[in-house]
Formats: sequence, C-alpha cells, structure tokens
Amino acid sequence: MRFPKLPPISIPWRIKIAYLTVMLFVPAIALFAKAATASPERFWRIATSPIALSAYEVTFVTALGSAAINGLFGTLIAWVLVRYDFPFKRFIEASVDLPFALPTSVAGLTIATVYSTNGWIGSLLAPFGIRISFTRLGVGIAMLFISLPFVVRTVQPVLKEMEKDVEEAAWSLGASQMETFWRVTLPPLLPAILTGIALGFSRAVGEYGSTVIVASNTPFRDLIAPVLIFQRLEQYDYAGATVIGVVMLAISLLLLLVINLLQAWGRRYAN
Amino acid sequence: MQTNLPSVATEAKSRSMNWAAIALIGTAIAYLALVLFIPAINVFFQAFRLGVAPFFKNLTASDFTSAVQLTLIIALIVVPINTVFGLCAAWAIARHQFRGKALVISILDLPFAISPVVAGLMVVLLYGNQGWFGSFLQATDIKIIFALPGMIIATAFVTLPFVAREVIPVLEEAGADQEEAARTLGANDWQVFWRVTLPNIRWGLLYGVILTNARAMGEFGAVSVVSGNIARKTQTLPLFVEDAYKQYATQSAFSAAVLLALLAVVTLVLKEILERKTSIKQVEE
Repeated sequence: MRFPKLPPISIPWRIKIAYLTVMLFVPAIALFAKAATASPERFWRIATSPIALSAYEVTFVTALGSAAINGLFGTLIAWVLVRYDFPFKRFIEASVDLPFALPTSVAGLTIATVYSTNGWIGSLLAPFGIRISFTRLGVGIAMLFISLPFVVRTVQPVLKEMEKDVEEAAWSLGASQMETFWRVTLPPLLPAILTGIALGFSRAVGEYGSTVIVASNTPFRDLIAPVLIFQRLEQYDYAGATVIGVVMLAISLLLLLVINLLQAWGRRYAN
Repeated sequence: MQTNLPSVATEAKSRSMNWAAIALIGTAIAYLALVLFIPAINVFFQAFRLGVAPFFKNLTASDFTSAVQLTLIIALIVVPINTVFGLCAAWAIARHQFRGKALVISILDLPFAISPVVAGLMVVLLYGNQGWFGSFLQATDIKIIFALPGMIIATAFVTLPFVAREVIPVLEEAGADQEEAARTLGANDWQVFWRVTLPNIRWGLLYGVILTNARAMGEFGAVSVVSGNIARKTQTLPLFVEDAYKQYATQSAFSAAVLLALLAVVTLVLKEILERKTSIKQVEE
C-alpha cells in the first residue's frame, strides 16, 4: 500500500520483465543448472583439460593482442578523424562501423581469402614464410576486424570535447609536441581508450563466425574456446559444452563489470 | 622584421604539423585498408570475377533462394518482437527513477557480452532433447531445436538490446513534460504514445530497428548452434556462405556474401542519414 498506483506503467514493465525472464534469465539458469549437475571434480577436470586450457590461451591471448593493436590504431584513427580534414573523410568515418554491420561469416570468408597464400595480401607474405589464413594469425586478423570500431567510437567523442586550448597552452609554455601528447592529451583519453579496448576484447573473446572460417580449428594451435564449445555440442557432449560455456560466461560477466567500472572512471574524468 | 618573426615561426610549425598530419592520416588509412577496405573490396571482386552471368546463376540456385527466404522470415518475426520489447524496456527504464537502474541497463546489455555460441548453447539446454523442456516438447511433437522456432529464439536473444539501447537516450533527452501536458489535456495512454512519445523518439527508434535487422539477418554463431544447418531447411544466408565455402563452392559463397555486404552498406548509409537528422535536430534546439 505504500507504493503509488501505477496502472498504465505496469504493462510495459510486465512485458519487459516477462520477456527478459523467458529470453535471458531462464536460459542462463538452465546453463548454470546443467553445469551444476557435474560434480565439482568433474567440472574442474573438464574446465582445465589440456585442450580447454589451450583453447582459453589461444582465445584470450589473441583477443588481447588484437584489442591492444586496435587500442593503438583506433586512437590514431579517432585522432585523425577529429583533428584533420582530408579527402573522403566522411566515407572513411562511416566505414569504421562496417564490422558492426557486416555479417561475421562474410568477414571470415573474405579475410580467409585475402590472407590465404594466394590471396591479395597473403601472397605478398607467403614468400617470407608467413602464413595467416588457417593459422592463429588469421584468428588475430579476424579479431582485429570485428573489434575495430570500439576504440574509435569510444575515443572520438572524448577527443571532440577536449579543448585544444590546453594543448596550445602547453606548447606555448615550452612543452614539445611529444610532451604535450603524453602529459596533456593522453591522460583524459585513457579511460575511453581502455573502455574501447575492453569492449573490443570482450567482443573478440566471444567471436565465432569470422574466426571459425579463418582458422583451421586444430586443437592446441588455433582452436578457440567458442569453437570448442560448438564441437562439443556437435559430439552431443552437453556436459563438456556446458562447463566451457559457463567458464566463458563467467569471464564475459567479469569483463562487463570491468567495462562498467572503466566507464564510471571516464565519467569522473569528464566532470 | 620583428612583426614577421612570429608568423614565420607559426608557418614553420604548421608545415611540420602538415608532415606529421600526412603521416598520421596515411598510417590510419593504411591500417584501415589492411583490415577493412581490402577485405571489403575483395567480396565484390571475387563475386564478379567471372562476370555477372555466373553471379546471377548462383542467385537462382534453390539452396540459395531458400536461404534468403528463411533469413527474411526470421527477420520479419524477430524485428517486430524485439522492437515492442525494446520500446517497453526503454520506457520502463527512462521514465522511472529506481535503485539499481545501472544494473538493469547492464543486464539488458548482456546479450552483447555473451558469446553467440554460449547463447545458442543456452537455447539448446532449454529446448533440446536433453533440455529442460525436451521431454515435454517431444511428447507434444513440437520441434524447436534444428527448426525455425529455435533459430528465431536464438536470433531474438542476440538482437535483444539494440532498440532499447538507442531509444533510452532519446527518451531521456525528450523528457516527460510533453507527455504529462498531453495527459492533463485529456489524452489517454495510447494517444500520448502515438502522438507525443513516438514522434519524439522516431529517429532513435528507427536506428535501433535498423541495427536489429542487420544483426538478425547476419547472425551466424547463435543460429548455427541451434539450426543444424540443413540446406533448404534450416540454412540462413550467413550459414549458406560458410557452408558453400567449406564445400569449396567459393563462387556461390561470394555471390551470397555480396548480398549480405549490400545489406551492410544499406545499413551504414541509413545510419549516416539518421545520425545527420538527429544532429540537425539538436542544432535547431
């Protein structure tokens, strides 16, 4: 009786809660419940089997590398788009979002072709003994592609709002361009860059469509965790798929928490 | 002489800036070319390498046309459902102050954080033969996994946040004043929604719908887990691309890829237009 009467409000609320329950909560509970049917020892054995450990390593190290590279180049792209004018800028600006719009299987298909030993780029590297498609490097390129927009899109708005005056003040006080960049420009951008890296990393860790096509999916070499889950399911090994799925889900949730903390940090910087 | 000095200095500085600028722009474009542009151009090049005739021949194969059909059906069902849900969720979140609002928004974002394969796995664990509802579904002879309903559920899961995400900020920006004014003037909830709220949020909503549609038509991971990937039955266009490539039918894989790439281009163009519309509106205000 303490609550005010909310008759018109309750319909959207009910739809929202009902839909989230059916689509999100019940499936998540089903996943954890299935994982809980395995004894802790069995859970641990599956979760830390050599093939699973190698799949985590390939997934996380490659995704981290890709996210870090995009941290660097994404910041550069955002910088160039905000600070300079050049031909086709609008086109390039819009095309940064292509990885959000292009279906991942198409991305995988074309990256596998371009970076194969007889593809446009792969054929240039083949004489040096560098193979990209169907190796871990290919997985890395696919992850670069799908996580590219995140850093650009998180850094761009912060850079736009930043006052150029502060940099000019630093110059006029005798700071070199390098000093100005490291001491004045970069610090306020840091939360945005890290948020973008974390978002890109989270996306790359879960990616399946493009990576499964580019990789050879050989265990201990370029088999990533999402592909391992898929293979376990194909073999009707539901327990195996579920355990690795729970590990991946837990890590995704952890990343989501980190991203939220980074965003909170960024907001404090802005104020 | 003295008045000239500063301008010479700035000129020298701006010239060195120019070289730095050209180097930075060049590096950025080179990186984009390697990761983005060359692979994108390659899709079209490969599809039309042997001319237009084989391309159109591939588009008339029955596997292909049924994949297109299935993709359209799924999008036609998922997009409206998630639009209604997204509107309800956005309204419930933006128009109320309550504790744990940030948490609710994070929960709404979960489908973006979860790997599509894990999303598909969850659907299988619920509706598969071994799943929670498995025996019930078998008894009533309803097929969800390896059939259309499962693909719809998986697609709806991965596209769940888009509309709410785009609508929440515009709804918050528009404020509740106009809605309250309409209500005091005697409008009922429907009228308020159609005449006041919807016109205010229409571009944000449309943007969310476009993103939902692009993802719904392009989803691969979650759908491939639940579909079984049977040609002419449970194969969507993105699954067709992968399957054709694996069967060494590279040419027809790229023909289908062109269609999906065009979808992406249309999505990006619409996005540009909508973004310009909303930014113009902001300037007017």
